[in-house]
Amino acid sequence: MSVIYLVLPLALLVVGAAVAAFAWAARRGQFDDLDTPALRVLHEDHIPPRSKRSGTDAGD
Amino acid sequence: MPAAVTEAPHRQRETLGSASRTGCAHCGLPAAPRSRHEAGPLFCCDGCATAFSVLQEAGLTQYYELRERRPVAVRLNGRRYDEFAHPAFESQYVQTQPDGARHVELFIEGVHCAACVWLVERLPLLLPGVLRAELQVSRSLATVEWDPARTDLPAIARALSTLGYPPHPFRGVKREAIRRAADRAALLRIGVAGAIAVNVMLAALAMYSGWLHDGMERSLERYFRWISLVLSLATLAGPGRVFFAGAWAAVRARTLHLDLPIALALGAAFARGSINTIVDRGPVYFDAVALLVFLLLIGRYLQQRGQRLTADASELLASLTPNAALVRQPDDSTRELPLSALLPGMIVVVRPGDTVPADGVVLEGDSSIDSALLTGESRPQRAMAGTPVFAGTINVAGTLIVRVDRAGEATRVAEILHRVEESANRRAPIVILANRMAGYFVAIVLLLALVTLGIWWSHDPAGAVDHAIALLIVTCPCALAMATPLAVTVAVGRAARRGILVRGGDVIEALATPGTLLLDKTGTLTHGKLTLIQWEGPEWVKPFVLALERDARHPVAAAFQAAWPDMTAPNAVDVCHVPGAGVVGSVAGRAVLVGSPAFAASRGVEGVRSPADAGTPVVVAIDGVATAFAGFADTLRGDSAASVQRLRAEGWCVRILSGDDRAVVERVARTVGVARDDAIGGASPEAKLHEVERLRIAAREPVVMVGDGVNDAAAIAAASAGIAVHGGAEASLASADVYLGRPGLTPLLELTEGARRTMRIIRRNIAFSLTYNALGVFLAMAGLINPLIAAILMPVSSITVLLASWYGRSFERAPAGARQ
Repeated sequence: MSVIYLVLPLALLVVGAAVAAFAWAARRGQFDDLDTPALRVLHEDHIPPRSKRSGTDAGD
Repeated sequence: MPAAVTEAPHRQRETLGSASRTGCAHCGLPAAPRSRHEAGPLFCCDGCATAFSVLQEAGLTQYYELRERRPVAVRLNGRRYDEFAHPAFESQYVQTQPDGARHVELFIEGVHCAACVWLVERLPLLLPGVLRAELQVSRSLATVEWDPARTDLPAIARALSTLGYPPHPFRGVKREAIRRAADRAALLRIGVAGAIAVNVMLAALAMYSGWLHDGMERSLERYFRWISLVLSLATLAGPGRVFFAGAWAAVRARTLHLDLPIALALGAAFARGSINTIVDRGPVYFDAVALLVFLLLIGRYLQQRGQRLTADASELLASLTPNAALVRQPDDSTRELPLSALLPGMIVVVRPGDTVPADGVVLEGDSSIDSALLTGESRPQRAMAGTPVFAGTINVAGTLIVRVDRAGEATRVAEILHRVEESANRRAPIVILANRMAGYFVAIVLLLALVTLGIWWSHDPAGAVDHAIALLIVTCPCALAMATPLAVTVAVGRAARRGILVRGGDVIEALATPGTLLLDKTGTLTHGKLTLIQWEGPEWVKPFVLALERDARHPVAAAFQAAWPDMTAPNAVDVCHVPGAGVVGSVAGRAVLVGSPAFAASRGVEGVRSPADAGTPVVVAIDGVATAFAGFADTLRGDSAASVQRLRAEGWCVRILSGDDRAVVERVARTVGVARDDAIGGASPEAKLHEVERLRIAAREPVVMVGDGVNDAAAIAAASAGIAVHGGAEASLASADVYLGRPGLTPLLELTEGARRTMRIIRRNIAFSLTYNALGVFLAMAGLINPLIAAILMPVSSITVLLASWYGRSFERAPAGARQ
């Protein structure tokens, strides 16, 4: 059973990574609008990307 | 999105000229075959033709394949949107980003499906210089970024308007950033608390399994306990900090808030668990702590979201109100300026149908002014050179040139709004049932903990402390804290789907017990506009009347249009409007006159008489002979009398509080069945406010004010529950707790019924949670509680409350018999 002393911290590290990913997504505004992206995905063509790199996000 | 918001654009749709089999190539409405577009596709109007050609040129015709519904016909409003580039506008709505790009949020009319998203987001293709356009379809909110060197906001606004999406600046933009940050933070807290709760519970599961069998290895158990301790500390110090902050704020304000017992229980459980971990014996409660933080945060998030939705909807409605004035320059050209840039001395042009932008005096023009929203008067007043006019009133007939005397904060409407704010601040908040109970709850739990300690002390001092702490933990008011927010959130969400926007759950309690209900007359009990109530004359005259009145904005014209919506009319020529009198013109070679009897007589019409019934009389003359007579009045809404009766049956004391003429108010009171003494007419905004305040002090029951105008706004803000009805002024909307998004008083009945049902669910929830707590108290005092029982009892009570709130019927069905 001693392997659990190693596995448990590892599992918590994975959880930590998941939480960090969630925090990143929430801070980037991924959960701000849950309706429109579902419609946008139906459009086949793509809008030309912004000429300058969009470093700032709408809500930050 | 509530129906109220998306409905506005459809209202503009007007009856079109002679219909043909072929539809407009853009919107599908009947298109008139005209010489201009004979070769190509047909259009119903120039607006649609422009939108069609813009899409063709930009290669965006895919729009017509994507759309699910036909687009709303494009009405060219001829606006240049100059005010969108004014410094006053920019400082209020436009942000500059670090890379120099400008950023704005616009509320867009006419958005309804995926094709709209597609088209609006192709804006960078249509207009070079636009860097990004993104549309939130659920809120009709577009985020646009552009390069100020290559294009400007008026050009963007014109482009959107040409496509059939008139843009408006989003009024809530300042609060939006704060809110978005709060939303993300709340979501983050839930995510962290959830991850921790699941892991602590996994550890707890392992320990319970060991505990139920022959016991776990001591060192392994110690290891699990320490890991749980560290995780619980993380959840309390991170996401759970909000409860301690809330409790501390309550202590400092010397009030009892539900955060207080929650913080107490979380703190006690964690402290006891930590001590037991360190001394390595006795129960730890870490699983309960972690799960509690998670569940409570979810409850709080749901509550916040429900309030957010209604706040959003009313802000979007507010964004629709005009915010530009047409200012005449010294060189006689006109320019659109934002309202905030108006100064005394400026000359503004007020077109028919426009809202007067400032207080001032008419210099030129002859028209009628509808001040129903400002004063409650139901009849338009004549306005000529020299007549003072007030901001917030509506110009109904001809163009007026007005000299601004007072603008912005100095106007009469601003003064009224100031009073609205004052009375809203002065209003005593309703202490909701759950918070009232929290006080008793804390006292009783603390008392019982002391009693437990006292009883057990003589037998077993160490055990006594354990039992007292177990009691504190097991009675943690998780379910009690969720009982009200959950029920209210579910009810508010369902009400919104029925077009009733409820802001803040506390009004639900005020509406659940019948008290005094004050109703405004104009616009609330009545339609607030003229309706054709009488027509004496042959059928064939009607198209002639409509030909003259089709494009006019006068109330009489609007009443004719509304009375015969599907009728097609020939074209009229030489149309001449005489403000305050009538209109003359030539239709199919015959001279037609529609106007007041006095006007008809002055034009030498034969056979003029007034129709028998009361109301505003109108004479129709063809070739100088009076052929038809029409009567107009501000009629009662169809459901007013029945609704008032039902409200009285429910136990409400229904009264009328109106700014209109006393005689008119008394006549309406008689019709809907309100006693003469309970109908107050000629009340100024101040008098309305005083009446509400007097009643709130005199009666110990709730006072509800229902109204639509600026003149009602202060009274609405001062009432226990203020309700704004469909089509009301922005001010009444801003001060009201509830907005009825459908016309008539039927939604009001649904609201009171729904409020009663919601309160029933809240009481049931509280009863549930108190039963669980009583059970817990009994077990703890008997010394029978152990961590497993605590861990089962608490989530089960929360989940019961959650399910009961979700399945409880609040606004699900319309009340029996009240359906239209």
